[in-house]
Amino acid sequence: MSAVRRTLEADIKEMEEMVLQMGSKVRESLRLTVKALKGRDKDLMNWIIKNDDVIDELARQIDQKAVATIATQQPMASDLRVLIGIIRTITDLERIGDLSESVAKEGLKIADQPLLKPLIDIPRMVEIIDGMLEDALQAFMLRDANRAEKMCLRDDEIDGLRDQVQRELLTYMIEDPRTITRATPLLVISLFLERAGDHTTNIGEHVIYMVTGEVKDLNI
Amino acid sequence: MTSIAAKMRTESVSLFYGKNQALKQVTLSIPRNQITAIIGPSGCGKSSFLRLFNRMNDLIPQTKVEGQVYLEEQPIYNARIDVVELRKKVGMVFQKPNPFPMSVFDNVAYGPRVHGIKDRVHLEEIVERCLKQAALWDEVKDKLKTSALSLSGGQQQRLCIARVLAVEPEVILLDEPCSALDPISTMRIEDLMQELKKGYTLIIVTHNMQQAARASDFTAFLLAGELIEFGPTKELFTAPRDSRTEGYITGRWG
Repeated sequence: MSAVRRTLEADIKEMEEMVLQMGSKVRESLRLTVKALKGRDKDLMNWIIKNDDVIDELARQIDQKAVATIATQQPMASDLRVLIGIIRTITDLERIGDLSESVAKEGLKIADQPLLKPLIDIPRMVEIIDGMLEDALQAFMLRDANRAEKMCLRDDEIDGLRDQVQRELLTYMIEDPRTITRATPLLVISLFLERAGDHTTNIGEHVIYMVTGEVKDLNI
Repeated sequence: MTSIAAKMRTESVSLFYGKNQALKQVTLSIPRNQITAIIGPSGCGKSSFLRLFNRMNDLIPQTKVEGQVYLEEQPIYNARIDVVELRKKVGMVFQKPNPFPMSVFDNVAYGPRVHGIKDRVHLEEIVERCLKQAALWDEVKDKLKTSALSLSGGQQQRLCIARVLAVEPEVILLDEPCSALDPISTMRIEDLMQELKKGYTLIIVTHNMQQAARASDFTAFLLAGELIEFGPTKELFTAPRDSRTEGYITGRWG
């Protein structure tokens, strides 16, 4: 193999590892939102908000490296698709990071009051998204389009849970309008999490593009 | 594969140099008013393939062509074809600029004169039109009488293109036209190709993959005399169907 080719492969490998690192930080923030909400833990919420800066910085580094690689190595075919896939993937990971931060900020609004109800569906949503993210990152590393496609199917569960959360919270608010201030942040959180699920599905689509060159819309 | 009508096409063409088979049953349609790039590693038969289209291989001893090549559905490997007339319709630009050792004007007027045009005013019109088409007019209009050899390499190559245009071809074959040029001159030629495709069909052989990707509409990948893949350039360079194409264009081998 030529030295130039080795450089390109080493660059891609390094970027993949950075994406994994970014992915695990995003998953950490996401998972911790549940712990922070359940424990009304303001310190933890603030930590999540701060952790987003770390995620953003990683995204910036990967993006710079990808752009430099495109400019200097002029990758073609699967190499090009992988680089485009990396750039798109970090955009979605970065958005999931932002959404976790937004969940934490909503959490801060209700941290001084008792929870309206025990959290069941929201933790379930986070658990599913986290599992999907794990699958998405695995599929990304292994270039496994089947796994990516299967992962995307789970997005329906998240949408179902969001509907359920909304129905339930609306019932609370209709029965007793005084619950509105405590219910609204939870309602907003369920919307944020649904969006996080959509971004995870996008990552699955990027993996499929990297492997096959096909653009599929699996956010149905 | 392409909905654009074929200007030229090859049908199961095999080419032999003595006992060596340089091309193996290549069937390919060249879309009209498009730029088709032919890529592949050294010795894959790219230039041999290009020379089929105006029967330049006839000039090499001991060549044998099987199959057929068509221009507007007329077979060109045919005893009745006038090869001089064919090469007028299918012009060629070579790797190294090869202007004749005469003035800029006479270089462009050479072809029309050979084809019987004597009228000075008419020749002047042709020279001006072709130099303009070749994007060279502004640079040479005040030195039409100077020797073509005094021009820069990039200007000489555009002069050669103007010389081809002067005999009103339908197809222009370019055999690595930029390999001896600097990046700026290369860009000029590529810009010019985009202009020319409005009126002509272009086929370019290039070693430079980025050039094929940038400057062509369709790309054919040849390997060891075989056509491996042909398709829209945008598709071939982003998602090639054949693993050998993938291997070549990503530099895994070749």
